[in-house]
Amino acid sequence: MSNSPLTPGVVAGRLPDAALARNFSDHEAPFDQHEARVAADRCYFCHDAPCMTACPTSIDIPLFIRQIATGTAEAAAKTIFSQNILGGMCARVCPTETLCEEVCVRETAEGKPVEIGRLQRFATDTLMAKGKHPFSRLPPSGKKVAVVGAGPAGLACAHRLAMKGHEVTVFDPRPKAGGLNEYGIASYKSTNDFAAKEVAWLLKIGGIQIENGKALGRDIALADLQKTYGAVFLGMGLPGVNALRAPGEDASHVRNAVDFISELRQQPDKSKLAIGRDVVVIGGGMTAVDAAVQSKLLGAENVTIVYRRGQEKMAASGYEQEHATGAGVRIICNAAPVAVHGHEVEFAYTEDGPNGLTLTKETFRLKADQVFKAIGQTLTGAPEGVKIDGGKIAVDATGATSVKGIWAGGDCATGGEDLTVTAVKQGRDAAEAIHAALMG
Amino acid sequence: MANLASNFIGIKSPNPFWLASAPPTDKKVNVERAFEAGWGGVVWKTLGSEGPPVVNVSGPRYGAIFGADRRLLGLNNIELITDRPLEVNLREIKEVKRKWKDRALVISLMVPCEEDYWKDILKAIEDTEADGVELNFGCPHGMAERGMGSAVGQVPEYIEMVTRWVKKYSRMPCIVKLTPNITSILPPAMAANRGGADAVSLINTIKSITNVDLDAFSPFPMIDGQGSHGGYCGPAVKPIALNMVGEIARHSETRGLPISGIGGVTTWRDAAEFLAMGAGNVQVCTAAMTYGFKIVQEMISGLSEYLDSKEMALSDLVGRAVPNFVEWQHLNLNYVTKAVINQDDCIKCGRCYAACEDTSHQAIAMSEDRTFTVKDEECVACNLCVNVCPVDNCITMKRLPVGAMDERTGRAVGTFADWTTHPNNPAATAAE
Repeated sequence: MSNSPLTPGVVAGRLPDAALARNFSDHEAPFDQHEARVAADRCYFCHDAPCMTACPTSIDIPLFIRQIATGTAEAAAKTIFSQNILGGMCARVCPTETLCEEVCVRETAEGKPVEIGRLQRFATDTLMAKGKHPFSRLPPSGKKVAVVGAGPAGLACAHRLAMKGHEVTVFDPRPKAGGLNEYGIASYKSTNDFAAKEVAWLLKIGGIQIENGKALGRDIALADLQKTYGAVFLGMGLPGVNALRAPGEDASHVRNAVDFISELRQQPDKSKLAIGRDVVVIGGGMTAVDAAVQSKLLGAENVTIVYRRGQEKMAASGYEQEHATGAGVRIICNAAPVAVHGHEVEFAYTEDGPNGLTLTKETFRLKADQVFKAIGQTLTGAPEGVKIDGGKIAVDATGATSVKGIWAGGDCATGGEDLTVTAVKQGRDAAEAIHAALMG
Repeated sequence: MANLASNFIGIKSPNPFWLASAPPTDKKVNVERAFEAGWGGVVWKTLGSEGPPVVNVSGPRYGAIFGADRRLLGLNNIELITDRPLEVNLREIKEVKRKWKDRALVISLMVPCEEDYWKDILKAIEDTEADGVELNFGCPHGMAERGMGSAVGQVPEYIEMVTRWVKKYSRMPCIVKLTPNITSILPPAMAANRGGADAVSLINTIKSITNVDLDAFSPFPMIDGQGSHGGYCGPAVKPIALNMVGEIARHSETRGLPISGIGGVTTWRDAAEFLAMGAGNVQVCTAAMTYGFKIVQEMISGLSEYLDSKEMALSDLVGRAVPNFVEWQHLNLNYVTKAVINQDDCIKCGRCYAACEDTSHQAIAMSEDRTFTVKDEECVACNLCVNVCPVDNCITMKRLPVGAMDERTGRAVGTFADWTTHPNNPAATAAE
């Protein structure tokens, strides 16, 4: 191996194989039996527990932790899956520090919450390792439902519908199911091909047909789905990426962060992935952090996240920001890109005043062999006739859109938080509403 | 630093912490390690008659129950008395006593209920220079089936008879160790007193099964698929022991009979409680078996600091709580308190609410924002909320002064009045 973090340009193999393997192994090691017992013993079994309220899918957290503590991890897993069929992935990717663990009374008491996420992973991993699927289907209803998008919302919706006895067909443009679980999560959060395994395990319920390579508007038409199926659920996510609107951004070394993350996830051999010596990531959310941290883990020498507003406005949690800085990523706030000049990006410092964000005259340049754009995704290809609100499909609390017979959920719809766990909740709740409509 | 030197029925030790007769005191090597760690005395593991020693099982001798984080709360054992030859024990006892003259060394004995056996064993130990004997009338497992241990301790006449033999054939101070496996501790204690015992020690272990193996369907400890009851000890038995010690300490017939307190003593605080309830010293086993001999150092420093803070001598503490140990009928029924939740300390777990609402008096209100407050008009001051709260001192009980309105009853708090004078008591005597 001749390359190192100092090698100029964009090259693969900047780090030895062992270092890459370490960098892309579990970001947080799974609990073993003993660790799980010790962690579970810390739960106070609160009344009307704040953690449960904070969980978008309302998992009965005190109950499942008590089940772990009493040596019945499979029962714990069933408690989790009954509310959130993607509880395995959520255990890995949920920003627990801003959800359940943030409100844990032990966070209040001693600044150290019960490790709910890791306990959830212990329980779900235990059950999934046995290859068992904990649910069975009701007798066939004779009803058919189409689900557009095999991401967290679509899968959660499909699973709940299948449980109710309906036949579900899921259409997805990508070659693999899973959506952002498969293509959009940092590799060290979903190791060992977990997303694909989770989908295979979920499908064991039966009654779900996945059609890959089928995009709405290209290969399938909404009108046809409406004719053939009793109901349609839209969960296609946000396929578009926002532009910088800065001159020079069409250069080939300026890429969408989501594409980079996807490429990382699909490449099992990280030594084959080329990365720049100097990498600049523009944005302030989880996608920016995931792209920046993984650039560093691939061996980039200098990785900088540049965010146009103040640090307190970053969508990435404090925990995520610390994770980035701990990995050696530099975070610059209050600066926006004004132009890409070859392998340098010019930024201007910003001011957040009463008239919104304005650029100051003070500018600086960062070297950039690669620039990753992570300034948000947008809804593209939404079917005509469905009401859009703020760039997303408008839905009510049950996931119903403005069109009768069409429901929506996940990142493409209003009401969520662009999180796996909120997508699961929306998919699940829409399934309940669809079921009621079909059987009513 | 308070002087912890102890003189228990003439047996002197640098502190009141002795190791109870049990596995930790079976051998010279253990006892010397204990003395090196700072223990004030030991009661050597029970010796039996001369001849072939008893045989122990070669499977598990212990079972346990645990609290959070696998903290051992209760231990049960099916081990018998020493299984080493009598002459080996006697030789080691003599060696240890000669080397550790300032420490107490008492020998525990258990032989059949015949005068000659007791005469012989007392003669056999005469030469060891030990400070005293403890008669093991307590072990509830194994030896009891052979008419010894708790089989003796459950029959007051036998206790009295054997104690008399011991006092007849030995000049050594004699401690009678009592079993809690009886309906009242008083008759056995009185019998020991009548027999001439210099002291009683209690409690020995409680008949118990710690758990059932749900694969083998056998009680535990399990020997080849079967289990037998064992003797239970450790923190879990402390409340039972404290009551029994207190009962002996306060009864007119046994008051003044020295007591060596045993049963779940784990910290200096437990020891201080036993002393306050009338014990002259304490004996420890499970805590040492759980954490090793070093724990005595915390007991010594803790008790010393406590006595200093109270400006009390060790002897001032002994029995200090006994006058306050009364029967229920003498409790002040006009003592009215209300729970108060300190909102600054509250972590909003809601356990007080669940406990009170589900299982008690519906006296805690919960607001939308999880603020928990006590409804004085419902609160009977049962203390359950205090007990289930995970935060120390977050919930406290506040006394209503005499004359204040008790919102629950709608009546003003009166002066002292107990059940003996209460109008609802058909046997009440007229209040003065």
